[in-house]
Amino acid sequence: MGILEVKNVGKRFGGLHALSDVNLSVAENSVHAIIGPNGAGKSTLLNCLVGKLIPDTGSVSFDGQSVLGRKPHEINQMGISRVFQTPEIFGDLTVLENMMIPCLARRDGAFALHGYRAMMRDREIVDRAEHMLEDMHMIDKRGMHAASMSRGDKRRLEIAMCLAQQPRLLLLDEPTAGMARADTNNTIELLKHIKDSRPITIAIIEHDMHVVFSLAERITVLAQGTPLVEDTPDNIKGHPKVREAYLGETEH
Amino acid sequence: MTDQTDYTPVAAQLPSRRAARDTILGLTRKDFGLLTVVIALTMLAPFLLNPFPSNSAMAQFNAGYPDLMQRFVIFGIFAIGFNILFGLTGYLSFGHAAFLGVGSYSCVWMFKLLGYNVLPGILLAIVVSGLFALLIGYISLRRSGIYFSILTLAFAQMSFALAYSVLSNPSFNLTNGETGLQVYTNDPQWLQGDGPRAPHIFGLAMRETETLSVGAWNFQFNAGYYLCAVVMIICFYLSVRLFRSPFGMMLRAVKSNQQRLNYTGVNARPYTLAAFVISGMYAGLAGGLLSAMDPLAGAERMQWTASGEVVLMTILGGAGTLIGPVLGAGFIKYFENIFSKINESTLHAWFAFLPDGLEDALVAIVYPFVGKGWHLTLGLLFMLVVIFLPGGLVQGGNKMATIFRRDRKGGGVEDDAAAQRQAGE
Repeated sequence: MGILEVKNVGKRFGGLHALSDVNLSVAENSVHAIIGPNGAGKSTLLNCLVGKLIPDTGSVSFDGQSVLGRKPHEINQMGISRVFQTPEIFGDLTVLENMMIPCLARRDGAFALHGYRAMMRDREIVDRAEHMLEDMHMIDKRGMHAASMSRGDKRRLEIAMCLAQQPRLLLLDEPTAGMARADTNNTIELLKHIKDSRPITIAIIEHDMHVVFSLAERITVLAQGTPLVEDTPDNIKGHPKVREAYLGETEH
Repeated sequence: MTDQTDYTPVAAQLPSRRAARDTILGLTRKDFGLLTVVIALTMLAPFLLNPFPSNSAMAQFNAGYPDLMQRFVIFGIFAIGFNILFGLTGYLSFGHAAFLGVGSYSCVWMFKLLGYNVLPGILLAIVVSGLFALLIGYISLRRSGIYFSILTLAFAQMSFALAYSVLSNPSFNLTNGETGLQVYTNDPQWLQGDGPRAPHIFGLAMRETETLSVGAWNFQFNAGYYLCAVVMIICFYLSVRLFRSPFGMMLRAVKSNQQRLNYTGVNARPYTLAAFVISGMYAGLAGGLLSAMDPLAGAERMQWTASGEVVLMTILGGAGTLIGPVLGAGFIKYFENIFSKINESTLHAWFAFLPDGLEDALVAIVYPFVGKGWHLTLGLLFMLVVIFLPGGLVQGGNKMATIFRRDRKGGGVEDDAAAQRQAGE
């Protein structure tokens, strides 16, 4: 029984079967990659996991509890953090403030009316946020406007924000999309460091095979809304069905 | 005034850890400095707003008379509250006048039922407008952006219609319709006793005014003004605390990226609702004070033009800045009351030194922009501010401070950069 269990999930958009009969089990403390050609339903699946979409059929459970019908912030409070394809950060806030928000969300929950307390005197939160920034080698940028950073730094900040919540499951949606090779390699190193430094389960959706094969312990191949095959990276590499799914797409 | 930007970069705000504890009244040194400036300006307003001798031609530009000074601070409170919602969360309400109106009516009802002490009226105004804001906010905040604005506008117009006609029929007269709600001699006034027959606070009448004559100057100190000023200072202090609190940071996060906030385990809805209710209570307090100064409440206070006015004040002064809304409120109220008083004969008197033809021509050009046409001038100024100073008057002040510093230091690239950094702080 994995920490994340997806059973018989189906999702239709009008006449389009975006997902049909998807079964997936992500083992605790593993790195699980979901790959597949464009339009395979990877992002739809991810959105079903975090509460952005509700599947038409099937069930999604995290640590034995169903996530269906819960709002994104509730699912997040259960221990699932999501990294977006384009970095979603608080661009108008400083880097340190960006880090403080997940720290506050973890300590005070989904809502707390602390309108009279001085934010910068909350040593617990400030220290935790600064510590996290030090850990991610971003402490020198603490006073910067988050929006003015490079894309690689924004990605790093977003991942740091997710980790500050100490999630049990980290979902990454094409974390290296649109990145230069050097930034991609940095992100791979960062994810390896995260994986090795704490108990955490990582599920990653990715196009870049280099990233997938550097990180994943298990890989699920999705094609036309259904899992084609699930196996270890070594077995996936030479799998005829996988080659067919990808090559089939390139012929178009 | 150097910095009133909505947020100060944390690193600049906190040069060292020791500085974090170095606070006065829970404010950083800089915020405390700003509070001191606001206190000084409001307390000395009777002097500052009366720079011209009362017998001079310029005397009509004096704004230091009680009625107008009261308006400055009351609308300052209204704008400070509006800024908590609009400046921090970015939710643009077009119906805040409804809360102003509700506060006004509540206060007059306290005069009618209890007596002329303003305290119960002001308290009830805050409570009732808070409840009203809870109801309207709960429904309106289901949508964001333009739909939110339209919903609030619709609610405000409904409230206006209710106050103007529906709730003023002979069997149930809550608002007294067109005439406006006022105190009549046959009202119960259960706790009135022997107190003054006009709004007062524990015996001190609001209209009580001491005049200090120094040479040709007449400075007026009005009890009502000082009550409003003290209330505004408290409101300003609370808003600074709120801006610098975790709650304030969450509100800024709502404006910046609501999606990220939701996926960070924070429920944005109660935050925006709390901001809406707080700003509604500020508006209700302002409405209550308006009635406390002049015990008459009319439905026109709820009209959409009044809602638009507070939006103008906030944007003109600088949305999201601490002091901007107060400056914007003062600016607009000054225009409304001073520019609108200038008439044709005043203009002729000003330009009398010119040859007749030129005088007439100049008067003809200037006249449309003053008197009844003061809105035209305000509109032009608003356009200029929005185009050249999107950060409002506060940004203008910061820019001037930057230029001033640059001149003093005699230029140089590094100095410029430093000055800009300082101005941004």
